[in-house]
Amino acid sequence: MKRGPAVLTGVHFFNGDVACAEGALAAGCRFFAGYPITPATEIAERMAERLPEVGGTFIQMEDEIASLSAVLGASWAGVKAMTATSGPGFSLMMENLGFGYMTETPCVIVNVQRGGPSTGLPTLVGQGDMLQARWGSHGDYETIVLAPSSAQEMFDLTIAAFNLSEKYRLPVLLLSDAIIGHITERVIIPPEEEIPIVNRKTFRGPREAYLPYLPDEDLVPPMVAAGEGYRVYITGLTHDERGYPSTSPEVQERLVCRLVEKIRRNKHDIIRLEECGIEDAEVVLVAYGVSARVAYRAMELARAAGHRVGWLRLITVWPFPEERLRDLATRVRAFIVPELNLGQIVREVERCAEGRTRTIPVLRPGGAVHAPRELLTSIEEAFHD
Amino acid sequence: MTEAQHPLDHLLRADRLPHIWCPGCGIGIAMRCLVLALEELGRPLDRVVVVSGIGCSARVAGYVRLDGFHTTHGRAIPFATGLKLAKPDLTVIVFSGDGDLAAIGGNHLIHAARRNLDLTVICVNNFIYGMTGGQFGPTTPLSARSTTTPYGNFEPPFNLPALVAASGAVYVARWTVFHVRRLITAFQEAIAKRGFSFVEVLSPCPTGYLRRNKLGEALEMMRYFKARSEIRHGADPAEAGIEMGGKLLLGKFVDIQRPTYHERMREQLARSFIEPYAEKVSEEIKAEEVES
Repeated sequence: MKRGPAVLTGVHFFNGDVACAEGALAAGCRFFAGYPITPATEIAERMAERLPEVGGTFIQMEDEIASLSAVLGASWAGVKAMTATSGPGFSLMMENLGFGYMTETPCVIVNVQRGGPSTGLPTLVGQGDMLQARWGSHGDYETIVLAPSSAQEMFDLTIAAFNLSEKYRLPVLLLSDAIIGHITERVIIPPEEEIPIVNRKTFRGPREAYLPYLPDEDLVPPMVAAGEGYRVYITGLTHDERGYPSTSPEVQERLVCRLVEKIRRNKHDIIRLEECGIEDAEVVLVAYGVSARVAYRAMELARAAGHRVGWLRLITVWPFPEERLRDLATRVRAFIVPELNLGQIVREVERCAEGRTRTIPVLRPGGAVHAPRELLTSIEEAFHD
Repeated sequence: MTEAQHPLDHLLRADRLPHIWCPGCGIGIAMRCLVLALEELGRPLDRVVVVSGIGCSARVAGYVRLDGFHTTHGRAIPFATGLKLAKPDLTVIVFSGDGDLAAIGGNHLIHAARRNLDLTVICVNNFIYGMTGGQFGPTTPLSARSTTTPYGNFEPPFNLPALVAASGAVYVARWTVFHVRRLITAFQEAIAKRGFSFVEVLSPCPTGYLRRNKLGEALEMMRYFKARSEIRHGADPAEAGIEMGGKLLLGKFVDIQRPTYHERMREQLARSFIEPYAEKVSEEIKAEEVES
């Protein structure tokens, strides 16, 4: 019946944006709403071409606010849904992002970061939205943010993002950047049966027994979709287990603490790191996204020069891997944090270092990546001080 | 429930009473008309979804015993768009206020009408932002007082039927909460209509609008709705502008047919994907023939 397979098993030469779209399809995404924006447009273009082939729906909305609204609506229709954007569009999505956390709506939002603020550098790399991704919507919440470092990871982590969003019922953010979005590399797509897929817990009991926001032991409530006869009421207002609005401080505390706790309590399941040369390291480079690739090369150069340097890559940026960083802080002489912003994740690293070790930021406001030599200079400083 | 039940209790969340609306507010009348329209229309109610934004009228989504989504301010229509596209067999009704739909959500309103997606939008127009205490909005008549037009409004309002008709809606009607039978019929026609349908419901806001403009109690507004209404079906919606104390043009202004978003999408895709889409289209046409 269907013209194209959802999972393009094989070895490909894809750019990161295309790999992201293919990852979404492999994860079961069948709805995409978006608005054109550099450098994320190729994701929308690929979805526009591919979704009709697999029986899904693509729509280009009138703006990014509408795009995320439509994605949230599609998710409540029971369909896995995604949107993709860059800085300016990401800013427009902040209010609906909060609605997604509050109503516990699974979906994936991709931000292929470019230089900011404002219109900034549409075609050039940046990592300036790392804290916006964590704190951008108003009120208290926890989120999950993944940062791919290759075209392959644009595929792999998009699947991971869907799985986490379905498991914990929240919008999951994939924070890529202009280089990782546009870099064209080998992407291996495994056979469909080897791709682990997580689907949201659903409720299938009698209607009278269903309380939309009564959590299970894992703090995640089972979900239903519109049109299944459960007659749910879903609101962005503070709500009780029935989903009914409440202005009681007790209900507020119960709800908001659970939304936060369901992520914090499961951080060991969520946090993924990649490490190299940590065992004997005296100085550790902490990086993510495209900066982690540069940092890796700097580590190689430093090791060749006889310095014991390690490399830690944040695959999960939020929730922040506090425990690992705190542990390392007790035994290394410095963390070096290269970022394409003027100091965002380095604040977290510094917080975890708790004064036990130095934290050296190496910062650029986007536009270009660091040269490995720049990082090498910081590494040498760390050893000489 | 042990007490005698209201005949509409099965369609309302009686456990959420009392509602938040002020005495004399017309939104409850509009909600009752919607519920009666749905009951008589005979669509499977488990497949009917009400989506709203923010504001007094938006609270309807939480009082009807249907799937209800109370979304962010202005975004009911794009949320409804996602629901409808992902599950096309749902009956999706957007019920919200004039500020929500025509100011903060105005862009979505015109684009949804342009796409002619099969949605019904019910817009309660009480000429004011009620929930926040009576600020002027995109429908407030010239010279009207509000908390943010203390010297009288000097921004010309939208003529909503004209705006929506010009944007491509296939069904456009305006009634008031005084005209309940007409309103029920209009809701039924709008919901049954394939494509983007729009019903504007004029309604009194005694607290935020009438009091500040010394227009009397809600009942005075109902008398005004009765006395100054002119029902003219098929009238040019361009003539439907509203001035303070002026006549109110009511009726069914637009009832036309043009291909819906889904029809155009499937027709276009069928050219590239002969098997699945051609079959889907023919199945749907068959299903629609059986329905009608």
